[in-house]
Amino acid sequence: MPMTPQRATQEAGGPEPITDAPILAGPNGGSAALVVEHLTKRFGDRVAFDDVSFEVGYGEVFGFLGPNGAGKTTTVRTLGTLLAPTSGSATVAGIELRPENGPAIRSRISIMPESPGLYLRLTVMENLECFAGLYELDDVRGRIARALRAVNLEDRAGDQCGSLSKGLRQRVALARALLNDPSVLFLDEPTSGLDPVASREVHGLIVSLRERGVTIFLTTHRLEEAERLCHRVAILNTTLRLIGRPDELRDRLFSQSLDVRLRSPLDDANAVLGGLPGVEGWEQAPSGYTLAVSDPEIAAPQVARALVGAGADILSIAESRHSLEDVYLELIDEDVEARRR
Amino acid sequence: MSFSWTRVRAISVKELRDYRRNRFVVGTMTVLPLLFVVLPLIQVFDAYAHVDSINLNRHVGLSMLYMLLIPAFLPSTLSAYSVVGEREQGTLEPVLITPIRREEFLVGKALAAFVPTLVIAYVVFGIFLAAVSLFAHPVIASAIYSGTHVLLQLLFTPLLAGWGIWVGIAVSARSTDVRVAQQLSVLGTLPLLAILALLSLNVITVSAGLAVGLAALLLVIDLLAWLAVAAMFDRERLIIGRRT
Repeated sequence: MPMTPQRATQEAGGPEPITDAPILAGPNGGSAALVVEHLTKRFGDRVAFDDVSFEVGYGEVFGFLGPNGAGKTTTVRTLGTLLAPTSGSATVAGIELRPENGPAIRSRISIMPESPGLYLRLTVMENLECFAGLYELDDVRGRIARALRAVNLEDRAGDQCGSLSKGLRQRVALARALLNDPSVLFLDEPTSGLDPVASREVHGLIVSLRERGVTIFLTTHRLEEAERLCHRVAILNTTLRLIGRPDELRDRLFSQSLDVRLRSPLDDANAVLGGLPGVEGWEQAPSGYTLAVSDPEIAAPQVARALVGAGADILSIAESRHSLEDVYLELIDEDVEARRR
Repeated sequence: MSFSWTRVRAISVKELRDYRRNRFVVGTMTVLPLLFVVLPLIQVFDAYAHVDSINLNRHVGLSMLYMLLIPAFLPSTLSAYSVVGEREQGTLEPVLITPIRREEFLVGKALAAFVPTLVIAYVVFGIFLAAVSLFAHPVIASAIYSGTHVLLQLLFTPLLAGWGIWVGIAVSARSTDVRVAQQLSVLGTLPLLAILALLSLNVITVSAGLAVGLAALLLVIDLLAWLAVAAMFDRERLIIGRRT
């Protein structure tokens, strides 16, 4: 039974974690912005991702997690019609993923690649004007102004992109991705290579987009980022390993547990903790014991009474909360083990 | 979704803005034309000393050939950067993610190299003709104006530029290094330039009719080159560097 100590999951000042996924009606009346069924992409003999199926609702922030080389970026490029799938099917923003639908799909979505990819000799305004033209947008000035306002860059429109910091370039890239008001916004490692302050700024922007109901497909290997920003997450390691809300994944993968801290160890822990109602097992931890329980609310009072009865000095009894990182590491470790075997 | 000139314009305007701030491009666009207006003028005024000699035609032919080097080298150098340069900068993927079609992307890139090349080549040729009219010996001026030289320049400048552009883009789409792409694309223009050298130097005597016929042939070659480049332009290959 895996027993992992509680981990802090939220940085000070960061947005609250969210769990309720809003499923809004899409432009075609459907509720799914992305429907992916048994999608596979191979490069010759190498499998980039295999038999991947999931759905993303309109207005949902969907986290796509996985180690380097898991196939995250290739999945985004495939759904963005840059790469052709080897097999399987998908519907992106209500349009079937087919080569002939490429321009129509690309007009409804936006992808912000890992590298901002700005024309460094051009100004912020000139970069955005170019992309407004590529999307054939009306009211170009108004659109650009709104996009720059969304990323708090109105006063930098005349700056040459080459003179901007990495964080600011990332914000310009996000403004570019918002220009066409996409039905689905793919963010590929949006905070990769950014310092903590710049990362926090990007997180703030994603939160504001989430509040505006923008459908976001976020690939990342920053687990705290996914846990804080996403309604649901999927873990990919060539194949899709798990999908659900972060708390669901924790419950699915880890049994519930209590962390008990005592001033000194029990003389006979098995006599005190063994056989208590709701307690399924226990193990010694550095500062006490970790108990596997069926229901923490039933087990905690029983444990407290038993410890008091045994004369133990209780420092704390708390429910263990596994982080998304625990879930992720558990799965990836399983994959590594399976490959060894 | 049909062919969009708005997207073509977006690519061309972006390219021209980028060229304007790129020291290498500005340098190439300045030095090459200067070189190719000075060298032919030297040829022409040098011929003044041997105006009665049999070398007159060779001097005039050589000076006209220098003029054709502008539409041969300038657009191939610019267009060789067009795809591999964007890939190196990481700007290609964001563009390919938009609804742009490959034809629009290619035409946008081509126009951005074609228009400045044509303007520079014709302006340089105009300066050359003005200098010849004003300062060259009447025999030399007559040799330049009376033959098919002017017709060859006017006809072959845009066609040679077109060939240089498609060769440049084709090489650029398959290259992984900008400098290699530029060298290869200049090499790619040499076969056509060799034929034009034979015409300019009167090794092959060319009438006005033959010049127009050759221009029509070159136009067909340019169109075929465009089709070939469009066919080999593959998003997947451009993104991952190979076809799967």
